[in-house]
Amino acid sequence: MTVTEKKTADQQAPAEEPKIVATNVKVSYGGRDALHGIDLEIVARKVTALIGPSGCGKTTFLRCINRMNDLIPVAEVTGSITLDGNNIYAPEVDVEVLRRHVGMVFQKPNPFPKSIYDNVAYGPRIHGLASNKQELDKIVEKSLRRAGLWDEVSDRLEAPGTGLSGGQQQRLCIARAIAIEPAVILMDEPCSALDPIATAKIEELIHELKERYTIVIVTHSMQQAARVSDYTAFFHLGDLVEKGETEALFTNPKDERTEAYISGRIG
Amino acid sequence: MTDNIHPLTRAALPGLTQRYASEKRFRLIGLSAVVLSLSFLVFLIGGIAFRGMGAFVQTEMQIEVSAETVENHTGSSFALMRKISLENFEASARSERRLSVSMVGEGADEDLENALADLGSFSGTARVWVRASDDIDVAWKADLDPEMMTTLRPKQVEWLQALANEDRLRTSFNTGFFTNGDSREAERAGIGGAFVGSLLTLSVCLLLSFAVGILAAIYLEEFAVKNKFTAFLEVNINNLATVPSIIFGLLGLAVFLNVFGLPRSSSLVGGMVLALMTLPTIIIASRVSLQAVPPSIREAALGLGATRVQAVFHHVLPLALPGMLTGTILGMARALGETAPLLMIGMVAFIADVPGGFTDPATALPVQVYLWSDIPERAFAEKTSGAILVLLVFLLLMNLTAIIMRKKLEKKW
Repeated sequence: MTVTEKKTADQQAPAEEPKIVATNVKVSYGGRDALHGIDLEIVARKVTALIGPSGCGKTTFLRCINRMNDLIPVAEVTGSITLDGNNIYAPEVDVEVLRRHVGMVFQKPNPFPKSIYDNVAYGPRIHGLASNKQELDKIVEKSLRRAGLWDEVSDRLEAPGTGLSGGQQQRLCIARAIAIEPAVILMDEPCSALDPIATAKIEELIHELKERYTIVIVTHSMQQAARVSDYTAFFHLGDLVEKGETEALFTNPKDERTEAYISGRIG
Repeated sequence: MTDNIHPLTRAALPGLTQRYASEKRFRLIGLSAVVLSLSFLVFLIGGIAFRGMGAFVQTEMQIEVSAETVENHTGSSFALMRKISLENFEASARSERRLSVSMVGEGADEDLENALADLGSFSGTARVWVRASDDIDVAWKADLDPEMMTTLRPKQVEWLQALANEDRLRTSFNTGFFTNGDSREAERAGIGGAFVGSLLTLSVCLLLSFAVGILAAIYLEEFAVKNKFTAFLEVNINNLATVPSIIFGLLGLAVFLNVFGLPRSSSLVGGMVLALMTLPTIIIASRVSLQAVPPSIREAALGLGATRVQAVFHHVLPLALPGMLTGTILGMARALGETAPLLMIGMVAFIADVPGGFTDPATALPVQVYLWSDIPERAFAEKTSGAILVLLVFLLLMNLTAIIMRKKLEKKW
């Protein structure tokens, strides 16, 4: 995508084809409702930020998109979410295939206690994306480069991933996620455990990554949402209050709760 | 209130002196508890070591052998030994002849045979070392204390004194104690049979309980749905861990021996019974170490599209394994020291041969200790302590392995 193309895409953004469409998504944990009917479209190759106060359901919604909520036995999800028009909650869907296309980066950096190389190579290995060592090496290098980590770790790929700094660990996790070439990357407050400098690096990275991937990011920081996202959805107490282009939402919120939140009066 | 009181001393805060006093009292009580238990331990181990060290050496006596006697008794070392005893200890009366023969110990004829073979051909007389009988052994190790010679006849004491005066008694390392099976004669009895029996039993136990225990723990922790049934299972596993071990022995007797008809007294059945007993311990320890693996590791793997089995075996298990192994070794150490369940399945029988396989009749170290402690003969007292020492050394080694393993394999995340 060239710069000019990108600009035109930005201008006609709302009309762009959605990558993910959530329709009336409801989630309850053991009978206690966490989300009441979310309708949201997520545009391809854009960054969509989910913001809102703690406990508003934004992480719950994020985890619906790659069905990580399946891991919680009491969680019940209804409604539909489609990825490229295919319902991901259809009974014939295999979550492993879904998660191969919808990667995730977690709140706390969670590299495997293995070498940097093995961390990145794990996904391609289990999915059989490389037929030999050279191909795997290439994938690892490419992923680390895209995650902006290659220059820092290229001479110590066999060092443990857990020995890196927090920011490096999080970029390693991003490299690990993109090594299997997902279409969508879900990020659950990826910077909340990082210092401002590491945060700036990740945000920069998100900017670069959106050329290839559709990114959904949950964040506590409104400044971050404003900096990195193209679209923003504001969640409050399990409801999707407002959604729209980030600039419009921040400068001209339609709902008074949104306004209260972004001006710091609630949250 | 006067201005003389420094505001930051105890004088300024009423009651602080008492608080300090109670703290001091508590420390003293704690310290004395530690000292008390330590001294008991030292007393126990020291006592056993003091008594048991004698088991590792064996008294030998030097006897005179004439070439003529050897020539006359080729073919039967037993008869030769008898003849030489009679020559060495002059016995006049008929009753004294029996006494002279019982000066040398069981197996002295083998010592004699070996010594003669080393000597080759000789003329005149030669002196060779053969092992002494257990009564002589006890008396010599006690420096001929009259109290320890009550089992010897006056004539034997006389002979013994003579040998001692001529410097014809010595103690040497008792290899037989480690290689021989059990025997009614103390100078011949060893822990070799019991040791091999323990090894065989433990290897069966390890194989069964490690495999079953770890798989059960992984299933319960990572795959089983959490419902009333699994909660019930968990409670019962915890209950099983506290069931007295003799109950497992009874179970083994009823099921393995009577229903399945497996060989009685064998280390196979012993290992199976001990595995039953160790299983709950291993399952509990393994589950705890699985729980200690942060869920973020599982999420990371699952988020990449790994299946649950892949997530567990690629990432969770390697992290939990050190803890699992530690739990297993501690369980094994407990199994090594277990006596009661083995009594129930007949491993308490007198077995003189070192077992050659899993189905051979065998006994185990702690059972050997139990058996020997029952024998009134004095010489077996030090054998008992010696066997306890060997058992303790092995327990210590196993626990040490567990600690080293935990330190080495532990990964940081």
